[in-house]
Amino acid sequence: MVAKKGRVKVARPDWCKTCGICIEVCPVEVLELGKDRIQIIYLENCVGCENCELSCPDFVLKVVNEDEE
Amino acid sequence: MAEDIDRYLRQDKLPHIWCPGCGHGTIMANMLRGFARSGLDQDKTVVVSGIGCSGRASGYLDFDTLHVTHGRALTFATGIKMANPELTVVVVTGDGDGAAIGGNHLIHACRRNIDIKVVLFNNSIYGMTAGQFSPMTPTGATATTAPYGNIDQNFDLCELTRSAGATFVARGAAQHPRQLIKIFQEGFAHRGLTFIEAITQCPVNYGRRNKLGGARDMLNWQKEHIINQKKYESLSAEERQDKTPSGILYQDEREEYTEKYEKIIATARGSEN
Repeated sequence: MVAKKGRVKVARPDWCKTCGICIEVCPVEVLELGKDRIQIIYLENCVGCENCELSCPDFVLKVVNEDEE
Repeated sequence: MAEDIDRYLRQDKLPHIWCPGCGHGTIMANMLRGFARSGLDQDKTVVVSGIGCSGRASGYLDFDTLHVTHGRALTFATGIKMANPELTVVVVTGDGDGAAIGGNHLIHACRRNIDIKVVLFNNSIYGMTAGQFSPMTPTGATATTAPYGNIDQNFDLCELTRSAGATFVARGAAQHPRQLIKIFQEGFAHRGLTFIEAITQCPVNYGRRNKLGGARDMLNWQKEHIINQKKYESLSAEERQDKTPSGILYQDEREEYTEKYEKIIATARGSEN
């Protein structure tokens, strides 16, 4: 996993269907399923690998530069 | 940073209606990332889709789109391409739409090598109509119309399209998004019939019925069974049994159909004078 500058952001919270694919593909521990949407619980762990963004079927997650968080 | 796909989506039509955990969204998003990288013009691209879960894609995509009758996406696309060869024409179809009812159109489009990009979302089942078996349902799998197991042999669509005459044949899976982006990027840049089989998980109507678990389990299955072509070739025949190769499997150059047709028009005009 190549660490990049960006970190994950829940860009479209309303589109989440809580399938949990993002948690499966995440190499570290950042995300957790909330009641009806995904939640970021340990943002400091995020390495910006973009696995979640590329795998999310609902276009919910985005890796953005830190100044856009 | 990954390519921004927002500009290719009709935001007002989202969230989409695909089930939680369905891989169609992943395939569509990475198709758009591949499109962004290919540098093609959004305003000169037409997306045509047929019926089924995959057919919904055209409604979510902000291109000129056409959502047509079952299995006939390729025939409409052929018409568009013949009328205006300048356009990039993308067909989004599924395993039921493209390999069953539209199977004949698929092989003939390949035979002509017409410059259409065919993206076939293969979820191994007729998902939208509650799980009837399709020509891509593996032998032995259960479906609503095969409660004791499917006795039909499923197609290898990449072999089929290659032998029918497609000049770009690739296979990807929702589990491997980076490979998918590369496949789409190169597939969109290819001139001639481009066939891309994108394997996607249907946790609701295929996975559950076949006790494959949820979307996450199905993705792990893909990780184990859908492997890069180079790795596949290094395996023994026995090891290959339950594996499927992925990547760009075949690419060749052959004269494209609309170019040949332009020549026919020129010849006919010449003989009139």
